[in-house]
Amino acid sequence: MPAVTRWFIKSSLVYLAVALAFALWLAGQSIGFAVVPGLSPVFFHFFLVGWVTQMIMGVGYWFFPKYSPEQPRRSERLGWAVFGLLNAGLLLRGLAEPLFSSNAAATWRTALVVSAVLQWLAGLLFVVNTWERIKER
Amino acid sequence: MPRFSVWGTRLALLYFLAGFTIGALILINKAAPLHPAIWSLLPLHIEFLLMGWIVQLVFAVGYWIFPRFKFEPKRGRPGFAWVALGLLNAGIGSLTLASVSGQPAWVLIGRVLEVGAVVVFAAQLWLRAKPTETGVKV
Ligand code: HEM
Repeated sequence: MPAVTRWFIKSSLVYLAVALAFALWLAGQSIGFAVVPGLSPVFFHFFLVGWVTQMIMGVGYWFFPKYSPEQPRRSERLGWAVFGLLNAGLLLRGLAEPLFSSNAAATWRTALVVSAVLQWLAGLLFVVNTWERIKER
Repeated sequence: MPRFSVWGTRLALLYFLAGFTIGALILINKAAPLHPAIWSLLPLHIEFLLMGWIVQLVFAVGYWIFPRFKFEPKRGRPGFAWVALGLLNAGIGSLTLASVSGQPAWVLIGRVLEVGAVVVFAAQLWLRAKPTETGVKV
């Protein structure tokens, strides 16, 4: 299993645990836990992007048909770039969305825009690095 | 990877890119309003990513890696898998039409098509959910 795959998988497991902790917090709001604006979309995306999509990316990088004998997983650098961009973007969203929801200061607005761009770039590079590996053999 | 899985995975990757693009636009629009209509893309964002990306990828990869039959057709009848893929994409198409046209009837049609897709796909894969290669003839 390649190193970047292990990082994807372990990070995705951490996101799962954190997402479920957020779900618990959201449920607890009905019995008096502090209401955190913006926590709900963070929960959804830690679960769906951080856990589900990141697990797919890690296992896909490892498991999809080989690109070529010399470069079985196409570009390892792109693999790491996807990992870094996705996690930087998602963590930034996790921080900025609740802060923006209670205070629309320019810093948090900018942070949200940056987080969107980082995640989008991660998605684009993942497709670029994967597309040609999806072939019949 | 069999042809069915190549198509399923590539379609899933296209929906992934479209869904991520819409998500990024909605998030940017939340922080720095671009256009009021962008928010109305939220149902498409969810549909493209949950059904177009995740469910479609599960169809493609499941068909590829589940234990095979000992006899041809080793992955079960491919025709059923193709029908499931067609229904799924027709369903996502109907939901897209619902979002664009504002006609809720397309949502209903889309969901019926999607339920059909899942039933046909599950039936296609059912007998391959075994510990190892299986001798059943289909
Ligand atoms: C596989 C990936 C993804 C899935 C399955 C997904 C799914 C969802 C779902 C289910 C919702 C509705 C949540 C709710 O009702 O509160 C949602 C909302 C949203 N998503 Fe995503 N999403 C994904 C990726 C992304 C990405 C990459 C971005 C941005 C870069 C994004 C931006 C948004 C925004 C801005 C909302 C609206 C949040 C709000 O209520 O304010 N999503 N998404």
